Parts: sequence; C-alpha cells; structure tokens
Amino acid sequence: MTAVLIGLIVLPLAWATLAFLLGPGRGAVPAIVALAVQLGLAATLAHGVSVDGALVHPVGGWGAPLGIELAADGLSAAMLLLNQAIALPLAIYARAYFAADDPAGRHFWPLAGFLVAGLNALFLAADLFNLYVTLELVGLAAVGLVAAGGGTQQVAAALRYLFATLLGSGAYLLAVALVYGAYGTVSIATLLPLVTAEAPRLILIAGALAGIGLALKTALFPFHFWLPPAHGSAPAPVSALLSALVVKASFYLILRLWLGPFAPLAAAADWLPATLGAAAIFWGSWQAIRAVKLKRLIAYSTVAQLGYLFLIFPLLAQTGALQAGVMQVFAHGLAKAGMFAAAGVIIKATGQDTVAGLAGVVERLPVTLFAFGLAGMTLMGLPPSSGFLAKWLLIEAALAQGAWIIAIVALAGGLLAAIYIFRVLRQAFLLAPEGGDVAPVPRTLEWTAFALSATSVLLGLRGVELMRLVGSGG
Amino acid sequence: MTTNEWLPLAVLASSLMPGLMIFALPESRVGLRTLLNLAGALAKLALVVILIAGVAAGERYGVRFAVLPGVDLAFKVDALGLLFMTLSTILWLLTTLYAIGYLEGAPHRRRFFGFFSLCVTATMGISMAANLFTFFIFYELLTLSTFPLVVHRGTGKAMRGGTIYLAYTLAGGTALLTGIVWLNHLLGHTEFADAGILAGLGSEHAGSLKIIFVLLIAGVGVKAALFPLHGWLPQAMVAPAPVSALLHAVAVVKAGAFGIVRIVDEIYGPEFAQSLGLLQPLAVLAAITIVWGSCRALFQDDLKKRLAFSTVSQVSYITLGVAIFGPLGTIGGLVHLVHQGIMKITLFFCAGNYAETLGIHKVSEMNGVGRRMPLTTLAFSIGALGMMGVPLTAGAISKIWLSDGARAAGMEWAVWVLWTSSLLNAAYFLPILWRAWTRPAPLAWPEEHIPARSWRETALLLLLPPLFTAAATVAAGLFPDAAATPLAWARLIAESEYQMRIAP
Repeated sequence: MTAVLIGLIVLPLAWATLAFLLGPGRGAVPAIVALAVQLGLAATLAHGVSVDGALVHPVGGWGAPLGIELAADGLSAAMLLLNQAIALPLAIYARAYFAADDPAGRHFWPLAGFLVAGLNALFLAADLFNLYVTLELVGLAAVGLVAAGGGTQQVAAALRYLFATLLGSGAYLLAVALVYGAYGTVSIATLLPLVTAEAPRLILIAGALAGIGLALKTALFPFHFWLPPAHGSAPAPVSALLSALVVKASFYLILRLWLGPFAPLAAAADWLPATLGAAAIFWGSWQAIRAVKLKRLIAYSTVAQLGYLFLIFPLLAQTGALQAGVMQVFAHGLAKAGMFAAAGVIIKATGQDTVAGLAGVVERLPVTLFAFGLAGMTLMGLPPSSGFLAKWLLIEAALAQGAWIIAIVALAGGLLAAIYIFRVLRQAFLLAPEGGDVAPVPRTLEWTAFALSATSVLLGLRGVELMRLVGSGG
Repeated sequence: MTTNEWLPLAVLASSLMPGLMIFALPESRVGLRTLLNLAGALAKLALVVILIAGVAAGERYGVRFAVLPGVDLAFKVDALGLLFMTLSTILWLLTTLYAIGYLEGAPHRRRFFGFFSLCVTATMGISMAANLFTFFIFYELLTLSTFPLVVHRGTGKAMRGGTIYLAYTLAGGTALLTGIVWLNHLLGHTEFADAGILAGLGSEHAGSLKIIFVLLIAGVGVKAALFPLHGWLPQAMVAPAPVSALLHAVAVVKAGAFGIVRIVDEIYGPEFAQSLGLLQPLAVLAAITIVWGSCRALFQDDLKKRLAFSTVSQVSYITLGVAIFGPLGTIGGLVHLVHQGIMKITLFFCAGNYAETLGIHKVSEMNGVGRRMPLTTLAFSIGALGMMGVPLTAGAISKIWLSDGARAAGMEWAVWVLWTSSLLNAAYFLPILWRAWTRPAPLAWPEEHIPARSWRETALLLLLPPLFTAAATVAAGLFPDAAATPLAWARLIAESEYQMRIAP
C-alpha cells in the first residue's frame, strides 16, 4: 500500500517533467497512460482503506514530529479517487481539444501534471505545513493554466486569481505559524489532543485566518469575485479542472481542520459557513440565471454549488452529514467537468459563447447536449443522480437536527438550478437559425463530456460503497 | 438472481434498451427503428402477460438494490401496480403504431421515439416502485423525459408550454421530495404495504403526518392535474398528438393519480387517513376539480384544449374514488384509472386524425366531419359517450361504482357532483357530435393532407388504434363481470387494501 501512496504523488510529477522536457504542446500520451495507472492506484487505495481502515506512511522511515508523514483515511481516499477519475477523461478531452499548434495548449501538460501532483499530495498530507506547500503548488499551477491562454482577458483573470490565491494561502501560512508558535508542532495527529476549547486567543485568530484564507480559495460567497472571470475565460479543459477539482482542495482542507484540530473551537461558529453557503447558493444561481455567456453561467453555477458544501457544517454531528458533503463534492466535480467539457464542444462548433447562440444545438450536437442535460440533472439534484443523493442525505441530516432552514435552502437551490439549466436546454431545443452551420468537432470531445456527465448520474444509483469508504477510518 | 427478480428488470429493459438503441441509430434508419419500437412494445406485453398470470397465481416478484445505507431502489409487482402497468403497456403498443403513422416523414423522429421509450420506462418504474424513494426517482424521470416531447416542435409556443410544464412539475417534485424525506426521517423507511404503514406511529406525530400528507398530495397532485395545480395540462397540448394521447391522457396524469392511490392506500392506509380526517378534504378537492375542469372545457374552441380540460375533470374521478372511504369507492376509482385511459386515448387519437387528415384543430371547424371520416367520428362518439357515463360504455361502470361507494360512505353530495359532471360532459361533447354528424360539411377542409381511399378515410395506422380502443370501451361496458376485466382486478386490489371480502 505504501507504493500506492508514493505512486500517486510521484507519477504525476514524472509525467509533468517529461511533458516539460518534450516541449510545448507535447506529452499528452504519457500523461493519459500515467493517469490511467493512477486511477487504478486510487481505486486500490480506496478498496484498501475501506477494508483495513486508515493508513499512515512515514516517508523515509522518519515519522512525525521530525519527518514527513503521508496519511490516507476514507475522506482522502475518496478525494484521490475523484481526482484521478476526473483528471483522466479530461486529459483525453484536452488532447483532442488543443490542436497541435494551439497557443493555449502549449503549456497545458506540464502545468496539469503539477496540478494533479499537488492535489494528490494535498489529500495525503498529514501536517499543516505540508498542506500549505501542496496548496501553494496547486494554486500556482492553476493560475498558470488560466494565464496560458494568453489573451488579455485571460491574463487579467489570471492576475486576479493569482492575487486571491496568494492572499488565501498567505493567510493560511500565518495561521500555521501561529499554531506552531503555540504548540511547537504542525502534525495534525499531534495537535488533536492539544487544542481544547480553552485554547489561547492566538489560536482562535489562527483558526479565523485559516478559515478566511481557505474560504477565499474555495470562492465561498462573498469571496467568489475571482472565480467567474477565471473559470469563465480559461480554455474548456482548464475550466473543467479548476471548477471540478481545484476549489474542492481548499474545501477539503477546511473540512479537515474543522473536523480535526480546530474541532473544539469550530463548534461555536458552525452557522457562519452555512449562512455564507446559503448566500452563495442564492447569489450564484441568480447570477447564473442572468448570465449572457454560457461559460459565465456555468462558472456562477459553481459558485452556487459550492454553497451546498458549506451547508453541512452545522449538521456535522449527524450521521450522514459528512457523507452528504462528499457526495456533493463527487456530484459537482463530475457534473461540472462534464458540463464545461460539453460547453467547450458547443463553443468550438458554433464559434460563440452566448446562451442566445445555442438555438438548434439539439439537432447538430445531440450527444453534447445530452451530456449537458445529464450534468444539469445532477446539478439540479434530480434523481437518479449523485446530486440527488447528496440532496437527500443533506435534507435528512437537516431534519434529524431540526434545522429546517437548511433543508429549505437546499430545495430552493435545486429549483433555482433548474431555471438556469433549462434556460440553456430550452434555447438549444429551438429550431436552428437558417444557414448557421457548425464546425465539425472531434467525437472524442463529445464522448468524454458524455462519459463524465453520465458517471455523475450513474453514481446516483449506487452510493453505498462511497458512503462506506467515507465512513471508514475517519 | 432468480427469475422472479429478473422479470421486473426485464420490464424496464424492454423499453429502456430500445430507447437507448434508437438514440444511437442514425435518423435515416426508419425500418430498424420501427422494428425496435414494436419489438420492445411486444416484448413488454408478453412480460406483462406472464406477470399477470404469476400474480394471479400468488407468485411474488420483486428485487431491491441498496443505493444509500438504509435506502433501497426497490421494485415489486403487485395487483395495483399491474393495473397501471397493463394499461400503459397496451396503450404504448397502440400509440407506437399510431405515432409511426402520425410522424411519417416528419423530422427528428429518432429523438421523438427515443424519449418516448424513456417515458414508458419511467411509467413502468412508477408502477413497480416498492417504496416512495423509488417512486420519486421514476416520477422525476418522467418529468424530464417528457420535456423534450412537449417542446418537440421547437417553436416559441412549444417552449412556453414546456416551460410552464416544467415550472409546475419541478415545483411539485420538490414538495413531494420534502414529504418523502420527512416521512423517511420519522419512520426510517417508505415501503408501500397493504393497508398502510403509518398507523403504528404514535399520535404525537399526527400534526406532522397531516402536513406530510399535504406535501405528498401536492407533489403528485400536479401530475394528476388536481385543482389548482392543473394549469400545465392545457398548455402542454402544444405537443404532437401521440404525446398528448399517451402521456397527457394516460401516463403522466395517471402517474399522478396512481401516486395518490399508493399514498392514500399503501402509505397512510384508508382507515388511518380517515381517522386523521384527511380523506374528506381530498374528496372535496377532487369534486371541485371535477366541476371546474368540466366548466372550463365548455368554453374551449380548440379541440385538444377541450379534451385537456375534460382530462382534468375525469382524472379527479380516480382521486374522488380513493378519497371516498370504503372499498366500493376505491373500486370505482381504480376501474376508472383504466376506463378513463382507454376512453381519453380514443378521443386524442381521433383529434389527431382530424388534425392530420383534414387540418381540423377547432370544434367550430368540425361541421359534417362525420360524413368525411365516419369511422374516426364513430370512435370519437363512443369515447365521448363513455365520458358522459352513458350505459353500455366503460364510463357507466366507473360511475355506478363511484356512486355506490359515495352512498355507502354517506357522501350523498358526491353523487350529485358526479351527476353534475355528467351533465356538463354532455354539454361540451354533444354539440361536437351534433356538428360532426348532422351539420353540412364545408366546401373545403382547412388543410387536407391525406385523401380518402374507398373506406379508408385516413392512413390505416391512424385509423386502427382509435377503433380498437373504442371497441374496448364498449366491451368494458358490456361485459363488466367477465373474468379478466379491469373491474375484476380492481375488486381484487380493493379487497387487499381494506383486507376484506367484497361481494360482487
């Protein structure tokens, strides 16, 4: 099992380096092959954790507090599985998306490799400082991917993104420094018994700093300002990676800290994230309903969908709340990757990025529109999709706690999502305008988008294994 | 897996698989598509025959899969589900034939038949759902798979109809989901069972259970077009005739009515629902819908809209029957589930024939159409007379049982509602028949697409399905006491819901 942990970090670093050495625009095939292996590794790990419980590996034989430890419990195994499961189809998609001489794709492969490596390492890191390092790696690779498009709009969006991500990780680093100053350790396991409800005020400040910094990186309302331009202007495969995976990394970290070392302090503030999450759902949905551009609409939908993740915080005492969160991470990750991929196909084919320009798409790109519709089903939380299971678990946990308001917000959010999703589908079902021909697109693009969306729906028919995995070794 | 576990899944697959294959076929493969459609419909019919024989012999069919810890995707085949399943299966076969004739040469047939098959799959899932969770999954799938059919023509008007349809059904679905999760929270499961599952819950939950009842009925009431949630149905008539016929006369509205039956009889149980005082308000609501739908139908000149308001009225007979406490009313409601289906589909088939053959869309254009299209008009007349409850038609049987049930339950007013409705039905159907049979035909029809050839007034595939269902309407009225009629089956179901023997 140790080899699995190491492999998940070293393999993406290897193909990123190889792609860098091969030169601009190259290195797709090794990346895809390696990602397939990584997916196998992640599945093995998930199975192992599910059967034997959490595992810890001291790198080089040096355990905490001196050395670096890698740890995998149910939560991290689930995140790793999702990470590879989304990155693999997106890599296949990106290979077909970026033409050989496309300037936007020149630096895609090395940056994507570092991104995946950073994410995998983040999910395995067992101490606060390593988490910082991996967080920074992910953030910088993501900014690079947005900027690699090269247009003025993209560079502007990337700069804004860079500012947000650096500010966020800076605040987090400060929090880590405060914690180290107070307790002399950054290992999560060692910190667990040390932090109590009577912790010094400095630790409260550290918790607040870490929370704000990570909320900024997760684009939780009202810190979402950087997300729509960055996700809306990047090339489709990049938007998909960012929306599906990168924002989830900082959410994962919030969850880790909230459930782990900061648990004694967090209980007092549990309605704050939920309130902001509810605001995100309403604000993001409202902006998506009004959006003129297709990718902007999808990006604002991400703002809204991230809101659901924060609704679970007051409910974490209930069984099923954590599962609801992880199910929502899966649902949104798969569906949003599929949706951005589908939008990329539509934009490539019709040459325009507006909702109004979609008329007749149902005749010309039926598979892609089907993919969009399936992803939409998940985002609306309609059965039988993973989004529906997430909603079901969330409402059930809310009822068990008597927190009616959370159930109502989740249900209302589903209806709002229906408005913006069907805004797109309605337009696509309109009769095609005369003479508006579409450019041919590679079939790989259409079918990878379809595969991602279909997975998000099919997961809704069988959530037991995932639930068991999340419940194990937490 | 045993055969008894496989069969319910095979029923689903027999329309799901053809649907998916049709999506994969190119638009031009007309022959293969037709073959897939018919093979699926016939296979399903064969499966249903096996299931009926099995259930009648006391065999149990069912299968379940865990979706979440403690929440199962569960199917079972019972007498009540089979009633709805058989109705949908037979009418699916007929509608497929009809649609092949109706859409000949039209664009986007692949999309049409693909989603059509998905709709039928959803209907089958609804009929076989063994708990509310599974019911909800297929109930929402039905909403989603009908949307592309409602907006099939791709015009602005179709989009408006589709949007209104979605607004109503998705909002209803949200209410339904709330009720289901709440129920699951109180009880730990939502399995359907004869005579209900809630009676054991303590009296301290009575308040919650009443609110849950309102949520659940509001959720399924949207599809059952229960007043004031019926606004989508007339708007959805922008869809092509086969869609209006099967989905908006049978599958969608019946899914709602069937949901009401399941919720009242197998979640709450009639006795417990009565003790909570829930049946009386439901009966009143159904009565209002019956009268209101008929009144609105009086003033519609558009033929399909008049039929749609008539559906609003007639589907609530089922709700009324369920809400009348006592087995007789339940029998009346259940038998009407089938009878209304065959009568209303006849009327919609005929309306489609008028539109497709002569371009007639309005009642005011129907003068003398009986001489140009005697067979279609004959079928239309039988359907209309059945709706009024004229003796020797299926409608009369429903009405007798409903009236008897109402009297037995001491609800004389419901008998008056039924009589009023019959009068109103006559008031909006008889003028049509009068026009069609006795008024002189105009010099030219609005748009004659299909010329008459000897006795064939229109395409054969358009003509045979309504004749068949019209014949079934008469047969059900003439021989209500035969062995395999809907009535006999409804009696069997009512006996198990009320757990008593019912004398014929």
